[in-house]
Parts: sequence; C-alpha cells; structure tokens
Amino acid sequence: MEHTLSEPTPTLDTQMLEVNLGPQHPSTHGVFRMNVTLDGETIVKLKPVMGYLHRNHEKLAENMTWLASMPFTDRLDYICSMTNNFAYALAVEKLAGLEVPERAQYIRVIVAELTRLVNHTLLIGFLLNDLGAFFTPILYAFREREKILDLFETISGSRMMCNFFRFGGVKQDVTEDFIPRAKDIIQRYPKFLDEFEQLLTTNEILMARCQNVGILSKELAVASGISGPMLRATGVPYDIRKVDHYSIYDRFAFRVPIGAMGDVYDRYFVRILEMRESIKILEQAVREIPEGDFLSAKGAAGAKAPRTFKPPKGDVYGRIEAPKGELGFYLVSDGSPKPYRYHVRPPSFINLTVLEDMTLGHKVADAVAILGSIDIVLGEVDR
Amino acid sequence: MLGSESQPLTEHMETAANTSEIDQGLKSELQKKGIVVTAIQDLYNWGRRSSIWPLQFGLACCAIEMIATACARYDMDRFGAGLFRASPRQADLMIVAGTVTKKMAPQVVRLYNQMPEPKYCITMGACSISGGPFKDGYNVLRGIDRYIPVDVHLPGCPPRPEALLHGLMKLQEKIDSQVIEKTEWYQKGLKREFPVPEFGPNGLNPPYNPEVFTPGQQRPITV
Amino acid sequence: MKSPEDIYHDLEAKFPGAGITREGNAIVVPKEKWAETAVFLKENPEYALDYLSCVTGVDYKEYLECVYHLYSLQKKTGLVTIKVRTDRQKSELPSVTPIWRSAEFQEREAYDLVGIHFQGHPDLRRILMWDGFQHHPLRKDYVQENQDRPPGEF
Repeated sequence: MEHTLSEPTPTLDTQMLEVNLGPQHPSTHGVFRMNVTLDGETIVKLKPVMGYLHRNHEKLAENMTWLASMPFTDRLDYICSMTNNFAYALAVEKLAGLEVPERAQYIRVIVAELTRLVNHTLLIGFLLNDLGAFFTPILYAFREREKILDLFETISGSRMMCNFFRFGGVKQDVTEDFIPRAKDIIQRYPKFLDEFEQLLTTNEILMARCQNVGILSKELAVASGISGPMLRATGVPYDIRKVDHYSIYDRFAFRVPIGAMGDVYDRYFVRILEMRESIKILEQAVREIPEGDFLSAKGAAGAKAPRTFKPPKGDVYGRIEAPKGELGFYLVSDGSPKPYRYHVRPPSFINLTVLEDMTLGHKVADAVAILGSIDIVLGEVDR
Repeated sequence: MLGSESQPLTEHMETAANTSEIDQGLKSELQKKGIVVTAIQDLYNWGRRSSIWPLQFGLACCAIEMIATACARYDMDRFGAGLFRASPRQADLMIVAGTVTKKMAPQVVRLYNQMPEPKYCITMGACSISGGPFKDGYNVLRGIDRYIPVDVHLPGCPPRPEALLHGLMKLQEKIDSQVIEKTEWYQKGLKREFPVPEFGPNGLNPPYNPEVFTPGQQRPITV
Repeated sequence: MKSPEDIYHDLEAKFPGAGITREGNAIVVPKEKWAETAVFLKENPEYALDYLSCVTGVDYKEYLECVYHLYSLQKKTGLVTIKVRTDRQKSELPSVTPIWRSAEFQEREAYDLVGIHFQGHPDLRRILMWDGFQHHPLRKDYVQENQDRPPGEF
C-alpha cells in the first residue's frame, strides 16, 4: 500500500495486558501479588493484593495474656525479631508505667542495632538477587547473618524467633562471652561493609538499573506516611530514635543519613550508611554497658505469673525505629490480663501505599527492583 | 546383602527393596575390570534422590531458614537439592515452608497440580503441618495435608537448617524404597490432580479433601 | 508541643458547639465535624500535623471507634490522638484519605476487619481477606468456622 505524507499511517490496534506478578514468584519477597496492567512492557496500572499471609495476629492476641503475645511479635517481621519484641515491650511498659534497669537498656540497644545490621545486609542481598545477581550477594549477606545469629542463639536459645524481651527488661542476662564476641563482630563488620561496597556501590550495572528508577518525592512520602530508610532517602531527616528519645538512644552519638533523589539507588546507599552508624552505636554501647539487673522486680513478677499482670485501663501508642520504618503498637487495656484491642502499625504495609506511584511508566523489571528496595516482609504486611 | 566389601557405588542402595540377586563374586570380578552391575530400579532411584529440585516456595518465616540452608554454612547443594526452580513445571519437590492461609491454599493446590510426576511434598515447620501457633486464626488452614498428600513432616518453629537437611535425607530414603512396578505415576490412567478449594463466605469450600485427609486420624510416627 | 488540654481548647474555640470532648490523652471528635477538623489540624501552621501514623478500628460493644494518631514532621512534634465514633449498624465515617494519603490502606483494613464504612475513600474494598468473605472478623461477636473453644477462654 502506498501512503503519501498527507495521509496518516494506519496504527496497529493494541490492547493492554493484565498480568499477575505473584503470589508465587521468585522476586516478590514472599506471598505478595501485584495486578499489573501493561502497555507493551511499560506499566500503566499496578494494584497490590495482599492478605496471603494474614495470620490473625490481632485477633489471637485478644485471647491471650499480654506476655503470651510476645512470641507472636517475633513472627511479624520475621527477619528482625528482636526489634519487634522491643516495640511491644516499650508500648506495654508505657501503658503499665514500668521502669527498665540500665543494663537491660544497654542489652536491648545492642541487640536492636545488631538486628538492624542483619536486616540491612539481607535487604541488600535480596535486592541484588532481584536485579539478577543470582545468589552471590545473598551468600555474602547470609555469612554475616550467621555470625550474628550465633550470638542471638547464645543468649536467647533460638536463632530467629528469639522472644528475648520481657516487660521491664530482658528475659535473662547475657553470657560472659557475649560482649567479647560482640566486640569481635563489630570490629570486623566495617571490613565486610567495605568489601560489599567495593563490589556494589560503583558497579555500573547497579547504577544503571537503580539510578532514576522509582523516584519518590518528599511531599508524597510525608503525605503517605512513609517511614524509615525509604523516607530518609527522599531527603526528610526524620529518625524516631532522635525524635522520640526512647530508651537510651540519647546517650549515643550517631548521625542520620539522608538521600537526595529518592530513587532505588539512594535507598540502597542510605542503608549502607545506616549500617555504619549502627556500628558506631554498637561500639559505644559495648564499651559503656554497666553491671546490674536485667529485669526489674515488677517485670519479673509479671513474667513469672502472666495472668496477674494487669495494666491499668487506658490505651497507648508506642513506636520505635525498626529497621524497616516506624513500627508501632496501639494497645487498649480494660484492666484485665488480656488486651482488649491490639493493633500493629506495620511499616512495610504503609510503605506499599506508594508502590503504584513509583512504578508508573517503568518496565516490569524495574517494578521488581522498586519492590525490592521498599523492603517488605509479608509477615508484617499481612500480620 | 550388598555392602559386604566396600563398594562405594552400591553402598547407599542398601535400603532399596528388590536388590539385585547377582552373584557377589561375579560382581567384584566385573568391578575390578571397571564394569558395574546393578538393577535398573536402583539406578533409577539413585538418580532421582540425588538431584531433587525444589520449587522456590517460601511462604513465611521458615522460608528464611530454607534460604539459610541453601547458603554456604548448611549447604543443601551437596545433597543435589540446591537448584531451586522458579516454575512448578520444572520442580520435583515442593517444600511448603510457612503458614498456609485459607486465602493462599487454592494457589498451593494449583501449584502442586502443576508439578509433573514424580513429585513430593515436605511440610516444613509447625504451621504447614497443623496450623502451628496460629491454629486458632480464622484465616489459617490447619495443615496443608488437608488438600494434598505430604511425604515428610518436619516440625519446628522454625526448624533449624540441620533439621531441614535431616528431613531431606528422610525423603531420600523414602525415594530409595520406592519400587518401579508399584509407583503411582506409572499406573495406567492415574492422574494425581487434586481439586482446588474455593472461597466460601466464612472459610474454604470444601474444608478438607476426604481422599487425602481424615479428621482425627492418628498417624504412626516414623523417625 | 501543646498538651491535649490546649489542643482541646483550641478546637473548642475553632468549632464551638460541635461536641468535641476530651478523654484521657485523646480528643473525641463527632463524625460530622471530623473532615473539617482534620483539614484544620493539617493546615494550621501552629499544628502542621502532616503525618498520619496509625489508623485503628476498635469494636466497643455499643459503638465502633476509629483512632487516629498524628505527628508533625515539620516541627518534629507529636503525638495527637483523635477518636471518632460511630454506631454498629450504620457504621459510616468520612474518609481522611484525601487529606492524608497514608490512610488509604489502613482505612481499607479497618473496613475489612471491623466493618467501618469510609465515605469518600477512592477504593474501599477488602484488603486482607478475600472478596467473597462475608463477615468482619475483628468484631467481638464474630464466630469463625472452626471455633474450638468459645472466644475469651484460652
């Protein structure tokens, strides 16, 4: 057929394609489904579908004593169980007005920052796995994780689901070799981070695939309730450890890294910098840890006889800076040994609000990278 | 009984039924010349148990321990099971690691149906065996063995990587003991496809598959 | 950071006769006035409560309640707790998703689990349970299909 310049060429009849990414998919970090509408290879609409791991944590907690929900908080964000315990213990202590002895506070901070190291290392491993570096960064990340999990196993008896915190302190004192071993790990960690960074930070494939991909603006982040490294990568200097002054974080000198662009590369790099700051906190904490009690007297009484632990009537919202963002617990007590209402404010769930905004106009492969950089864990998203 | 002299190739086939009835002297003579004699079934089972390819199917916390088992410290690759497949059409083994919720159960059954025979299923962790700590939830399925047949149950919350390796070895023993003439996938007309449950107003419909699961049944413990 | 007492007085002054009350540390706002109060709290430069942290639906036996926890990122202050109540049969509340986008998924969850309908929400459907599910599980009178023991007896 001949066409002159004045006639418009006939265009092809195209159709949008609706594809399901998940729930069983190698890169969705668990059972998470995305309904994606594609125009060719470009994403036009994305709707996340969750609930495939909805384990009724909130309903179960209404039927158990306050302390009995502690092992279930381990299973919320199953990679960082210690910080989940921390948030819950903090919320209940706020409600019941319990004090925590000094040594217990230091142990809590040490364990929480070690968990932050584990989480960020694992996230970088999984993100790189999603980008295509099949399994090598994960092997490096898991090697370091195993060392820290050995420590956790020494003090709490379990590698992953530690259930270590109690209301008013921690479950038991750390062993004598805990502090020397922790010092050893902390001393070697910067070298591992340097090795990791040397392979990754200036890697041209990583930079080409992550820079200017999934940009999130400051205003949208604040309006959508984003928290954690994702918020700080957009340039908002908000870290709950500095703002709420909870536990003894005021005594440690550390900085809060923030990003400039809010893309996937910034989120990766903010986490590397946060790991270095965590190492600073750890160095100070293991140096200054005092002798003393690991559990206050009231807390010990509550731990021994959980059915007698009855916080006063009222409600409380307690939150911490978990490795993924702001983890909060809203608890309502009616004076009985069981909570009346127990609600978890999960960072991963709320950080997913902007998934669609960040992926519009990108390709499917970018969607996987963006989801990887948000850092979701389905145990937390679905509870 | 094989294994009287140290014969490295046939040593691990002691547990297989129907071992060959070839004269031992002849076997050792042939082996000195570099000729190995065995039964087809032993070879078949040996090939299958030494390269089980799992499906990448982690649901919850146990998935992290599964990945840790595949990592450097507790290497699962030395058992031949290190190559996790993304597609069920290429996998032999489904390790159901984590809580199976009612919302996810139809997808699990569909995935199991999509796997080609011979296929096996290991339920890893207390949640997929019986619902685990979340058993009383309204959205939690009390064990995936309500809908699909399970070969190895692996308790723990989460089971240690060594426990997963032990479970894998148990599965390998089970494979070794399977007899070609009696296996399910070579029977005429047999299709191992299980009906996919549907979402009802307050739970799944049907609540369990009667061919596979009888409520309240006591099963013997085999360790 | 203003105390709940001061916030209550400010709101009383701004919306006189609306029926805003105080309960402990929280401020109870009637649902008719909630949309206006929310806009006021966000845009007034003295408060600048631009960060909605948590939305929770609670089932008290006579009424349903929705609790909002607000912070200010600009001024690094917080926490302001607002409670809005509605009845069980016709449980409707104005949605704050147009004001704070972080309420989008959380209101869907409150609808799914507790059964509060949010008017003005862009996409109100179930988020954690499947679409054909017909009950609201976190209500106190919900009976699940495989209920072994009566609730409250663990």
